[in-house]
Amino acid sequence: MSENIRGAEAVMKSLVAEGVTTIFGYPGGAIMPIYDALYDFKDTVNHILVRHEQGAIHAAQGFARTSKKVGVCFATSGPGATNLITGLADAMIDSTPVVCITGQVHSHLLGTDAFQETDVIGISMPVTKWNIQVTKAEDIADAIARAFYIAKSGRPGPVLVDITKDAQFGMTDYRYEKCLGFRSYVPVPKLNYDKLNEAASLINLAQKPYLLIGQGILLSEAEQELQAFAEKAGIPVASTLLGLGAFPADHPLYVGYLGMHGNYAPNVLTNECDLLIAVGMRFDDRVTGDVSRYAKQAKVIHIDIDSSELNKIVKATVGIHADAKEALAELTKLVQTNAHSEWLDKFRTLEKKEYKEVVKNAIEPTDDHLRMAEVVRFLSDKTEGKATIVTDVGQHQMITSRYYQYNRPNGNITSGGLGTMGFALPAAIGAKLGDPSQTVVAIIGDGGFQMTIQELGTILQAKIDIKIMILNNNFLGMVRQWQQLFFDRRYSFTEIVNPEFTQIAGAYGIKALKINNRNQLRASIETMLNHPKAYLLEVVVEKEENVFPMVETGASVSEIRLK
Amino acid sequence: MAQTYNISIFTENTVGMLNRITIIFTRRHINIESITASESEIKGIHRYTIVVNIELEQVKKVVAQIEKQIEVVKAFYHPDEEVIYQELALFKLPMEIFIQEGGVERTIRAHHIRVLTMEKEFVVLEKTGRPEELNLLYNELKPYGLLEFVRSGRIAVTKPMKTLEEYLTDLRSGIVFNG
Repeated sequence: MSENIRGAEAVMKSLVAEGVTTIFGYPGGAIMPIYDALYDFKDTVNHILVRHEQGAIHAAQGFARTSKKVGVCFATSGPGATNLITGLADAMIDSTPVVCITGQVHSHLLGTDAFQETDVIGISMPVTKWNIQVTKAEDIADAIARAFYIAKSGRPGPVLVDITKDAQFGMTDYRYEKCLGFRSYVPVPKLNYDKLNEAASLINLAQKPYLLIGQGILLSEAEQELQAFAEKAGIPVASTLLGLGAFPADHPLYVGYLGMHGNYAPNVLTNECDLLIAVGMRFDDRVTGDVSRYAKQAKVIHIDIDSSELNKIVKATVGIHADAKEALAELTKLVQTNAHSEWLDKFRTLEKKEYKEVVKNAIEPTDDHLRMAEVVRFLSDKTEGKATIVTDVGQHQMITSRYYQYNRPNGNITSGGLGTMGFALPAAIGAKLGDPSQTVVAIIGDGGFQMTIQELGTILQAKIDIKIMILNNNFLGMVRQWQQLFFDRRYSFTEIVNPEFTQIAGAYGIKALKINNRNQLRASIETMLNHPKAYLLEVVVEKEENVFPMVETGASVSEIRLK
Repeated sequence: MAQTYNISIFTENTVGMLNRITIIFTRRHINIESITASESEIKGIHRYTIVVNIELEQVKKVVAQIEKQIEVVKAFYHPDEEVIYQELALFKLPMEIFIQEGGVERTIRAHHIRVLTMEKEFVVLEKTGRPEELNLLYNELKPYGLLEFVRSGRIAVTKPMKTLEEYLTDLRSGIVFNG
């Protein structure tokens, strides 16, 4: 059965057929027919008008990560499309399923430097999982069906569909068929039981096995399988930045956060384990430090759905190309019930050292200046580690990752691989809409907040209930920290003069409070959390605080500095 | 140690495919020595032959990332020993060389050259062979006053006997190769 409709309407119907209920976007000339069609779908589709296209895609990313659906955004041609690029790159490196629909000039104008024409296919090719330009109305439904299939299946990622204006205006016999696969793309490999058996025997023989988990656990929704596996085999679990929350922070087998500013024990003991089991993570350089001195003593089992990740950075003794959920479920059947309490005790011993030398001072400082860590830890306690925490990039992000105790999956939304300042505010908008049942707190530095500050307008217009917590040290803190440690304290352009954030919030109708005193902290965080609408809390923190521990560039993970 | 690898890539025939493949090399700062593309033995599937001079570890990773492209069906890499390869060169020379004394005829015979066309003012010669054979011929013909010279990229077929059809069947049955 088909009906003769305009391409633009076919776009809307295709999106609805994919279950889309929320779109983040910004109109413009080349996407006007689609916006016109959208007008008739106002009751079924919630379109959020952002203030900049970068905000649209970050919001779509936040939405995707809390809703476990595909995030969708609209942008026009030319600058509209190029403004999406940072978000595409971010979604690509962090495996976030997003579909961007961009308008394009008429097909007869392609390549002529027409008004607002840009080669968005060419520009976005390296930062999308797939992209396609549609020049005929009849190709729209199929392109969108493929886009959703590709974005969500296998290792997820961003997809861009560029639709010329004549394709939007053109008439087509519309008929929608969901994409179920095609010959060049095998998103989920068949499980290789030989490899699984090999892995199981390595696990059963290991004395000091160590489980490293990444966002792959969340993406394949393998949290329960992970827990069952870790508990049966009695293996300590550490998480990458994007994996935080995939394994409860309060679980007895959880040993902490990996990487440059991660916890002490999980970094040091990477170079002491005899078996590393990496699941849904990709050995980012921020995790490995110097790769030539990374877990060289250990055998490695690497499970990933993207086969190009196997042996890319760390050579796998057994590389398993598989979906984490399926692989972990099968592996659990094959491993023996075990406990490695002496090995686990080693983590606890080092954890105490880190507590004594770093954590205690950070969360219970003895001087008057507020520390980021105490703010985050109080928020963590107050929300029982169960809020949706959206962070930007920099010191506050590392502090939050260290001191927020993520006890719920999908409660950690941050820009990991790309490190995109300006991510948090728009991502928090999407995160709230993706899962409105959760309290969303965006923790942002004073620098990053001003990169996408205009999205306060989106919060105002769409009445989004998010809590914004600015940790203000009047510095681009992470860069300043590096300048202090590695560039001889030459603070080249890192001190920042800020506006009065509370007044800006006020102008957008957002209730706001600024504090700089410890005795205001608890009450003000409680006020923020209890406020029924959006709220901005600016916390003025110690100006020159450094994030420790730290694995310096070129150092091995076991050389992590405590101060 | 860097060595020559012949990368064979089988893809769907879609707009922008070449760009998708080449940016993988660009990103890793790898220079492509030669590239050719044409339809393969399977309808709708294009075959690219790309020659690069890189290390084994690098070629493995590049091929894995090429295969990751949505519309790439399969990619392989082979050192020179595992492929049969040829290049084609065309030489445009002035007609007078046949009138002059000196051994152009001998050269033509010795190198098994085909004469493609003879016009009033020029002749076009064709030679298929290994790069070193083409270089040798180039050096011999150059003194005659080459008007134009062009050579193709390398085309290659592999010695291992498994066909793309078989790989496709395996792909469909869910068996995936990690290279």
